Amino acid sequence: MDVLDTIRDQIETNPVIVYMKGSPNQPQCGFSARTVQALMACGERFAYVDILTNPEIRSKLPEYANWPTFPQLWVGGELVGGCDIITEMHEKGELQSLVKEAALPADES
Amino acid sequence: MTVQAVIEEKLRAGLSPVFLQVDNESHMHSVPANSETHFKVVVVADAFEGLRAVQCHQRVYGLLSEELQSGVHALAIHAYTPQDWANRTEAPVSPECIGGQ
Repeated sequence: MDVLDTIRDQIETNPVIVYMKGSPNQPQCGFSARTVQALMACGERFAYVDILTNPEIRSKLPEYANWPTFPQLWVGGELVGGCDIITEMHEKGELQSLVKEAALPADES
Repeated sequence: MTVQAVIEEKLRAGLSPVFLQVDNESHMHSVPANSETHFKVVVVADAFEGLRAVQCHQRVYGLLSEELQSGVHALAIHAYTPQDWANRTEAPVSPECIGGQ
């Protein structure tokens, strides 16, 4: 599969997916760590892709997303943002409601 | 001209911000001294009115695409409308580096 098809498939089939450096348990960058911490605090399941071990995705996603850096959080097939946006949404309580709403259909099926 | 100065100039030209602060935070990361790789931008502009957060950041990234392709590794963006900015006292602190590339 073409790498762009892979990316499309990932963001369409996973209601909540984060592209990050390292894994949620072992993030390799402070920005990824902070993002995933906020995400885990929401208490919903989420998918992740470690871009350090997926160099093709690392090189192609920024252009596709019109977003040059990592981490990137995608919810419901749309880019929500990087560390700064996620942190601020988390502080305002907006992240949890967004993530919970996105995770709903999966729970019902 | 330093990268920091270029960033400031491009953001001033592109957004006519009412407040702009660009900090070089490279010293907080595992790069050589005096590097210009990690920056924090606090920008307040009317141009962000009505945009979602992700769109505000995309405006900033768009203006700095050359810098991001040539050495700037991380850009913390705190973009606000003048009204949002009036409701807060300062932008959040960036995370500490924990290694990695």
